[in-house]
Amino acid sequence: MNSEEKLILLDERLKLQQPQCGFGILEICCRNCVMGPCRISPFDGGPKLGVCGANEDTIVARNLLRKIAVGTSAHSDHGRAVAEALIKVARKEAPGYEIKDEFKLIKLALELGIDIKDKKTEEIAEKVGEVCLSQFGNQEGELIFTKRAPLKRQKIWKELGITPRGVDREVVEALHRTHMGTDQDYINLMKQAQRCALSDGWGGSMIATDLTDVLFGTPEPILGQVNFGVLKEDYVNIIVHGHEPLLSEMIVIASEDPELINLAKEKGAKGINIGGICCTANEVLMRHGISIIGNFLNQEMAITTGAVEVMVVDIQCIMASLPEISSCFHTKIITTSEKAKIPGAIHIHFTEENALEKAKEIIKMAIENYKNRKKENVLIPENKMDLVAGFSYESIYYILGGRFRATYRPLNDNIINGKIRGIAGVVGCNNPKVVHDQIHIKLVSKLIENDVLVLQTGCSAVACAKAGFMDSVKGLNYAGKGLREVCEAVGIPPVIHMGSCVDNSRILLAATCVVKEGGLGDDISELPAAGAAPEWMSEKALSIGQYFVSSGVFVVFGITWPTFGSKNLTKYLFEDIEKEVGGKWAFENDPDKMADLMLKHIDEKRKKLGIDKARERVLYDMAMRRELE
Amino acid sequence: MSKIIASAAINGANKIVNMAERKWREAIDKYGPNQDVAFPDTAYYLPIIYGILGIPISKLSHMEKVFKICKDLLPEPVHKDCHLPYLGPVLDAGMATLFAEEMMEAIRYIENPDFYFPEEEPPEEKLWLGAANDIILRKRGIEFVDGTAPGFAAVVGSVPDNETAVKIATELIEKNLYVFMCAEYNGKRFAEQLKDAGLQLGWPVRLVPFGPEIYQAVFALGFAVRAAMSFGGIEPGDYRRILIYNKDRIFAFVLAFGYVNEEWYANAAGAINFGFPTIADTPIPQILPTGICTYEHVVSNIPHSEIVSKAVEVRGLKVTVSKVNIPVPYGPAFEGERVRKEDLYVESGGGKSLSCEWTTSLPLEEVEDGKIEVIGPEIDDIPEGSAIPMATLVEVAGREMQEDFEPILERQIHDYINYINGVMHIGQRDIVWIRISKKAKEKGLKFKHLGVAIHAKYHEVFSNILDKVQVKIYTDEEKVKEILEKARKVWKQRDERLAGITDEEVDTFYSCTLCQSFAPNHVCIVTPERTGLCGAFSYLDCRASNRINPTGPNQPVKKGKILDEKYGQWEGINEFVKKASRGAIEKVSVYSLMLDPMTTCGCCECIAVVLPLCNGIMTVNREYKGETPCGMKFTTLAGNVGGGRQIPGFLGHSKFNITQKKFLQAEGGILRLVWMPKMLKEEIKERFIKRAEEVGIPDLLDRIADETIGITEEEILPFLQEKKHPALELPPIM
Repeated sequence: MNSEEKLILLDERLKLQQPQCGFGILEICCRNCVMGPCRISPFDGGPKLGVCGANEDTIVARNLLRKIAVGTSAHSDHGRAVAEALIKVARKEAPGYEIKDEFKLIKLALELGIDIKDKKTEEIAEKVGEVCLSQFGNQEGELIFTKRAPLKRQKIWKELGITPRGVDREVVEALHRTHMGTDQDYINLMKQAQRCALSDGWGGSMIATDLTDVLFGTPEPILGQVNFGVLKEDYVNIIVHGHEPLLSEMIVIASEDPELINLAKEKGAKGINIGGICCTANEVLMRHGISIIGNFLNQEMAITTGAVEVMVVDIQCIMASLPEISSCFHTKIITTSEKAKIPGAIHIHFTEENALEKAKEIIKMAIENYKNRKKENVLIPENKMDLVAGFSYESIYYILGGRFRATYRPLNDNIINGKIRGIAGVVGCNNPKVVHDQIHIKLVSKLIENDVLVLQTGCSAVACAKAGFMDSVKGLNYAGKGLREVCEAVGIPPVIHMGSCVDNSRILLAATCVVKEGGLGDDISELPAAGAAPEWMSEKALSIGQYFVSSGVFVVFGITWPTFGSKNLTKYLFEDIEKEVGGKWAFENDPDKMADLMLKHIDEKRKKLGIDKARERVLYDMAMRRELE
Repeated sequence: MSKIIASAAINGANKIVNMAERKWREAIDKYGPNQDVAFPDTAYYLPIIYGILGIPISKLSHMEKVFKICKDLLPEPVHKDCHLPYLGPVLDAGMATLFAEEMMEAIRYIENPDFYFPEEEPPEEKLWLGAANDIILRKRGIEFVDGTAPGFAAVVGSVPDNETAVKIATELIEKNLYVFMCAEYNGKRFAEQLKDAGLQLGWPVRLVPFGPEIYQAVFALGFAVRAAMSFGGIEPGDYRRILIYNKDRIFAFVLAFGYVNEEWYANAAGAINFGFPTIADTPIPQILPTGICTYEHVVSNIPHSEIVSKAVEVRGLKVTVSKVNIPVPYGPAFEGERVRKEDLYVESGGGKSLSCEWTTSLPLEEVEDGKIEVIGPEIDDIPEGSAIPMATLVEVAGREMQEDFEPILERQIHDYINYINGVMHIGQRDIVWIRISKKAKEKGLKFKHLGVAIHAKYHEVFSNILDKVQVKIYTDEEKVKEILEKARKVWKQRDERLAGITDEEVDTFYSCTLCQSFAPNHVCIVTPERTGLCGAFSYLDCRASNRINPTGPNQPVKKGKILDEKYGQWEGINEFVKKASRGAIEKVSVYSLMLDPMTTCGCCECIAVVLPLCNGIMTVNREYKGETPCGMKFTTLAGNVGGGRQIPGFLGHSKFNITQKKFLQAEGGILRLVWMPKMLKEEIKERFIKRAEEVGIPDLLDRIADETIGITEEEILPFLQEKKHPALELPPIM
């Protein structure tokens, strides 16, 4: 980079955007028809109705519903892509891919009611793929995976009429309802928002997670490293960034090709180093222990290390600025998805059929580009941290009980006896409006200090991994006494990495496993648990938040809250909705207070379960033991 | 799991698996892959491997796949810094340890067959018993199921002195726990310490010396696995249920005395899979969070004076010890102790003096509850080493009391006196033999305390039929004779009452589903002429038991319409059996072995099996350990027919039943019996000859073959032909 060149990075652009639109922040502007755009005045004296007569409740609710529909679409289209890939793999149309977890495939097949007798793995996989794919276009009935929820939860959904039918149907209906002059009742709009979000959490996202596991393996505990220090000065550095593992898995496979490794060596490098950013990073970490360079807000900076030959991206959370920034360095930005192109980037159309070939092509391109790296421009920060990842709701059974006593019992027992105060899911994005990662770290640090076991996904997980919370030795220093004792017994850190943002479905299922293990009520809403997305920025986060609320969880968001323009809607989401679904929303920007809200909620749930006080040890005589069965 | 424990356990598991594999390779070289391997007299192969993995190991070569599984289970060593979760992997390492140790012990049985003494009690010159055989399992295992023994303490290592060892062992057995012992610390072993202190060891006194090393911990856990399969009715390979059964039912724990090395940790990890925690006397790291065990997993640094009560608390065990106000310990744990001649203070019966015990009922107003009288000299008046006459007369009264209950109550006296520490009791009625030890006398035990014990237990167990109990203990010869005379009259009447009842003259039989707790499909039908197959429940017993506990396991069953007189099938019986077996058994012939025979729970005293070549039937009793003409030992037969299965050609029955008239009626009765072990012939000789006379062949017993004639059909057939055994003339059995 020449000294006169000036890089405009994200923080700078945020500054240039100030002051940001107040109507936008309050979500009280409506551009859904061209009688508008309309905006409702938050002040006395200004207009209180849009041209069509819609008030702030309707407008804010419609905007929120649209955002949730977009979030659902993003996760679900991701899920659809995996389902399509599975079918192609089953039909042998996707060279290089294979079915890594046959056990999970069979389990899924049985769950989906597929006859597996005398069928080959590929036949079963094809059928599983097809049934999952049909969930997107399903028109009637209920999404199959909603049956995984605790029975009480299913009943609540049914009674409210929010059990999702088909993923696409719920998204389409959401969009339809927000069309000019359609659904104008904010509570009714939120009903569809719930149904739509549930079709993400218990539909699209869950399909994405499960089928990804079938194709690439269900994660098991694995060691990895995180932060810029994982970039290697003498290696060809390739960054995979985005969300779908279909691309990154193939890059990983191709990078192990001895021919390519030799080629890299011929070109003066010591080898090929793959690093991840965003959820792609989480996917390859969970299954291969591939190092994570950083989360969402690290993507531009990664290029500025000057040590990245290629950054290959697919979908979601990829900044449009990347080609511009990379033009100051030798880094090549390669887009791969037909759904996501960026002007200035090289586009290599990546499909299941040509995946391995294209992956090799990309790696070759990186190797060839190594010679263009300017030594004087290279600055790799030394920071890196160890972590243990690879927790799935399935692997927790093994972790807690081994092969012969696989169980969730130790988790439930230690929640009941109070060594673990509760469980928190802390997830979501980065947002440049706050100091990078700091809200995540402060919140999680306070939670674990107060004996709350934290489950994480996405960029939030990467933030806390960087802070050392996921190091099974160092992490213990941040945990409260009770939590630490349990972590030491099991050999886990106090913060558990459960994958990428579609893998929030894993948290739903882990919570369900806890309910089913017994002793903590009959529903997710009865658990001493809470969720948070402290640095959220994307529409996906809203969909996730909503499906957690609708699954019975108390969810706190930071940064800003998109319904503050409507007092009625905000009251509904922060208070009244709890009576219907057992979960509710809250907003809090201060991580300290955010933790307090979550702890308060957890303590209330403990009280309701009657586990807020120390219990007398029960001693069993023979008659009592017979009743244990 | 603390990281230190995890690392040590994984290292220990690796060492043990590698050592076992090395021994296995050496054994293959020495004996060849086809060498048979087995624990003595068991149908459960190597029980942990069989129960958990479902793999029956009977040859050296079979071990190969288990070693593969062990290797697969063994985790990587725990990383020094950021490490993977280790709880699950360490539990797996523990299981691999147990598999490896079992194989190692099986090889020891080939290499050094006399290393263990495979009986209930060690002889003077030996100590280690090794794996319990199935007879011991059935006899002792049931105590873990019915609650007589709430669990066991697996004691490893040694304590600083013999006195402490005795104190701890006594404390454990006073809580009715079994004490399983192995492993050495500081050159000593707990079992050796007890032996040195002069304690009787063995299964009957619940102090079981399994072996000298830590590896013999597998015998304790193997016993637990077999209990789950045998009494829990769990199929081999259903590992989860076997382990959970142990967690919920068998309240066992490990007491680690001394330095806990890596091998000990590996075994402790294995035990945790069963829900058995470790309590140590050294300051090792603790694992306090709960989950795999009911409460803590490892608790350490506990002083010897507190370790038993701590262990009981950690395991979550509620010990209910009968409150019997006597100066010596009291409980089922003392049932099997002997009083040897050199320990003897006073005895009664056993051929040395007159002795009897008799329970009878009286009108309410004639019994003063709690009145215990000794009529004649008390123990203090008697010189050491005497044999004295004694009659124990127990008089009971209650609004619900009936004459039929008397024999049932009377039979309990044996147990209730035996439970007294320092008192040995054998026999019943007028063949009793009681011995009281010097130690018990020193502690202040008097004859009256025998009465105190009977009074307390009668109230505890039979409170719903009894209101008052008084006991008179006569030690005056003349009085004893008087009582004996009266009692004999009553006993004769009782015997005639039972002998006199026929199946035809009653319209109701009784069911017994007592054993459904471990054989869920099994239903016993007890009739006047078919005593229960365990030998413990006669028709009158069942009737009385039903009256004592109307909703209990003995229910009246109306015979209903007769379907087949010869086979003994009734409509009402079939309906009941179908319902009580939850549809598993449709029909049952009360008098046949070939057509719809009755199921067997596994507690049967004998198993009868068809011998086609001889056109007859053999039967074998549980105590006989040798081969039989059907090609199977008793243990194998019990494993095959037990658990409530209906298999034509096989029938479980009691010894007494052999001489009852309806025995094998459909097949021709005792005329079909062509083979019995010699010991069984001896045991039932008197009654059998009487019955043989009734069927017109007084010397039938002599025409029946035994193991001295042969143990194959081919071997015994010439004998039967020579003796003109009537079975050869009967219609073809098949």
